[in-house]
Amino acid sequence: MSVARFWRKIPQRYNLIGTRCGTCGRHFFPPRTFCPDCRRAGEIGPYHFRGTGEVVTFTVIRTASEAFEQMTPYVLAIIRLDEGPQLTGQIVCTPEQAKIGMRVRPVFRRIGADGTSGVISYGTKFAPVALS
Amino acid sequence: MRDVAVIGVGCTTFGEKWSTAFRHLFIEAGALALEDAGVQGEQVDALYVGNMSAGRFVEQEHIGALIADYAGLATTHIASTRVEAACASGGLAFRQAVIAVASGMEDIVVAAGVEKMTDVGTGASVEALAGAADREWEGFVGATFPGLYAMMAVDYMHRYPLSREDLAQVAVKNHSNGAKNPIAQFQQEITIDTVLRSSLVADPLRLFDCSPITDGAAAVVLAPLERVHEFTGTPVKVLATAQASDSIALHDRRDISTLDATVAAANRAFSKAHLTPREIDLVEVHDCFTIAEIIAIEDLGFCRKGEGGRLTREGETALGGRIPVNTSGGLKACGHPVGATGIKQVWEVVTQLRGEAGARQVDSAEIGMTHNVGGTGATVAVHILGVT
Repeated sequence: MSVARFWRKIPQRYNLIGTRCGTCGRHFFPPRTFCPDCRRAGEIGPYHFRGTGEVVTFTVIRTASEAFEQMTPYVLAIIRLDEGPQLTGQIVCTPEQAKIGMRVRPVFRRIGADGTSGVISYGTKFAPVALS
Repeated sequence: MRDVAVIGVGCTTFGEKWSTAFRHLFIEAGALALEDAGVQGEQVDALYVGNMSAGRFVEQEHIGALIADYAGLATTHIASTRVEAACASGGLAFRQAVIAVASGMEDIVVAAGVEKMTDVGTGASVEALAGAADREWEGFVGATFPGLYAMMAVDYMHRYPLSREDLAQVAVKNHSNGAKNPIAQFQQEITIDTVLRSSLVADPLRLFDCSPITDGAAAVVLAPLERVHEFTGTPVKVLATAQASDSIALHDRRDISTLDATVAAANRAFSKAHLTPREIDLVEVHDCFTIAEIIAIEDLGFCRKGEGGRLTREGETALGGRIPVNTSGGLKACGHPVGATGIKQVWEVVTQLRGEAGARQVDSAEIGMTHNVGGTGATVAVHILGVT
């Protein structure tokens, strides 16, 4: 991923800054700049998500793309944030610990690197609340 | 709108075709289709070619022009258009061709699909395919395609009765069909044990739950129904074309275990054709992973939600069953050259409706359906075809 492409999403990736529609109150993460319900009548502004939520579904990635090969096996999940929206993220736990309905909280982690001399990208992973 | 017919079909063999170049794959399929239709190249008004990612697989863009050129149609200055919707590129190319003929804008139109995936390594092709999902918010955090479908499987198995063996049975059935299809990438039968002993890719999905990386091309020729007597091919009528969209990311769906775009496209297609699922004699569904076939047969209306596993276990979706699914071998055994798959599905249904499917022929098949999915369900194309 190019430097500009990663850099412009640092607030979202590091601190879970998403958006909220002032017209209908719906929260968006990943962020949307256009409310799909209110469309042009929507008033989108930034919203800082707490990052706590629960696991909706998950898997254990055993065969990954080149960028993630060194990290396998890792737990990947869809998480429903307490404010409502769902996102995809890694869970920092063993495959055996992952459960549907498990409460999680955000943790700041290294996500990947662009080769050995490229940009190292950081972002949010999730950790089980009960294990921390 | 005019009625539209498929008057010719052609398909290359599917597999790892090291000695065949991208452009020659297409030419082989196109020539077979024109030959089958009894159409001369100069009679073709327009060409729509489905292709997902030639830019990443063979570093070639501008596919419409390239294909027209090497088909010998550059000098007739044919209108040639590339259509892209990830793994649904072929289905959408077919739909665009149907619309062109139905509208009266064009008469003789070729719809094709082509993908050459083995000129790059597996890692690079997995990367290219990941672009069918949300690159920024799925791929960036480590999601792979098998991983996304695996999350559907985990959600599904948590909510509905579906065993690991039921999933394996989808692959066993599709390999059994593929063994009867001379163009299939895998023409070997397998057992449930073959699937259960293969390596884990993304829990619970194993290697034999996944469709392979494939080179291949398919093409079909369309004409207005009123003109089919001018050509030699046995015509098959297009009874309905439908297309629907959904969120690009799996996490934004209303329900992880339902493809709402499949439900919407199927409803539109059945309504347009004045048909119900009961009247469909065979269906080619988008089984990129075994779980995808289970979900597809439910969302298309062949059974209720949660019954896909039972239908499969009881042989209802096998050859000779109530609703034979993926008689070609599906994406699993016939292979999945992503841009070509949607056209290959039409090729299979037309072959069946003409009674030319040999060992895998469905008895007295008169109406068939195709179901082509882009990404994890963000685009779906559904077509219904019938004998004339």
